[in-house]
Amino acid sequence: METKDETQTQPAPGQPGLLRLATAWFGGCAGCHMSFLDMDEFLMDVAGKVDLVYSPIIDVKEYPEDVDVCLIEGAICNEDNLELIHKIRARTKVLVSFGDCAVTANVPAIRNQLGLGNAESVLQRAYIEGAQSNPCLPREPGIVPALLPRVMPVHEVVHVNYFLPGCPPPADRIKSFLVQVLEGKEPQLVGKDLKFG
Amino acid sequence: MAAKTLTIDGKQVSADESVTILDAATDAGIKIPTLCHLDGVYDVGACRLCLVEVAGISKLLPACTTKVSEGMDIKTDSERLRKYRRMTLELLFAERNHVCAVCVDNGHCELQALAYSQGMDHVRYDYCFPKWEVDNTHTLFGMDHNRCILCTRCVRVCWHIEGAGTKNVSGRGGKARIITDLNQPWGTADTCTKCGKCVMACPTGALFNKGSTVGEMERDRTKLEFIVTAREKKQWIAD
Repeated sequence: METKDETQTQPAPGQPGLLRLATAWFGGCAGCHMSFLDMDEFLMDVAGKVDLVYSPIIDVKEYPEDVDVCLIEGAICNEDNLELIHKIRARTKVLVSFGDCAVTANVPAIRNQLGLGNAESVLQRAYIEGAQSNPCLPREPGIVPALLPRVMPVHEVVHVNYFLPGCPPPADRIKSFLVQVLEGKEPQLVGKDLKFG
Repeated sequence: MAAKTLTIDGKQVSADESVTILDAATDAGIKIPTLCHLDGVYDVGACRLCLVEVAGISKLLPACTTKVSEGMDIKTDSERLRKYRRMTLELLFAERNHVCAVCVDNGHCELQALAYSQGMDHVRYDYCFPKWEVDNTHTLFGMDHNRCILCTRCVRVCWHIEGAGTKNVSGRGGKARIITDLNQPWGTADTCTKCGKCVMACPTGALFNKGSTVGEMERDRTKLEFIVTAREKKQWIAD
């Protein structure tokens, strides 16, 4: 009951008592974040119970310290993803693979089937063969991150605490997951809430 | 026709000596997870999902190919079995390229359904990402080897029910694959009668009707049951 009372009070952002929530976007289509926004009016309840400290939907550049829960959308595809996921793991208590790309590497990993040199061949296909004008490979060290030789699900790189599959996970499933997290429970997905694709 | 008495999950069961543990359990209302088993076609024990514990035998036995015997004490559910079933499913997902989000069978897939039933929320093994082809040479059907789990249901219905013998297995281990006729494109396989029983039998999206897109491939297994009943009981009845 105490936990419930705590979450029902609404301290101002940055105050103790609020769950420090983050969401991150790696190699994915943003569909999982769209689905997150599809929770509609439940977002108002969430807003009162969490301090959203890092997310593509807010303007924060640097991943902060002491994050309680982070939802990771997308697979680990490039050098930036790899660097950031290690930073996120080090600064976060509970990491959640959010959606099929994070859980299975999904569609972004289809390039892995092309074997060694797949990163070069997909760039060649997209930016040279498919270019209507000015064919050239994007190379801007420090700005455009290099693709990794192999796309990986998040748990192949760092320890992941929970998995929330779906492409995308429907808003109801994200809600049911978040409710359990906010109540301080071990989130469990059962029945129709455990589904890929 | 000698009857055997045995115990399944603590329940006393009587079964004819000719039946398998799976048959006996099904008759007793005990559900054992299966994947390569298909009612009406002989069993091969390919998928290892129906493994059960038999008291006094240290190794696990496939329920679909193990005959009942007198005094057997069988467990169909235990922590050890759940561990192996989930491991088997994860290895099936890791072995080829199962991308549910873009699969014709998404939402109707037996591999998916089993994974959920065993609580599989992710795969702990590294995915292999092998390179496999899609055979779209047939006029009516397609075969995507990326989604094949080598259950051989298609091979068995093709030989045993249709009697055409078009489908077969070639190669071993990770290189094993379903072939048509003399390892040639399906569209050029003369023996294929285009009956579609292989497509009806497939548990995943590996065999599909051409033109189906994501989640659209629904199978009508009642047609297979109809034919099997007709063959075995000489009764042409459908529900």
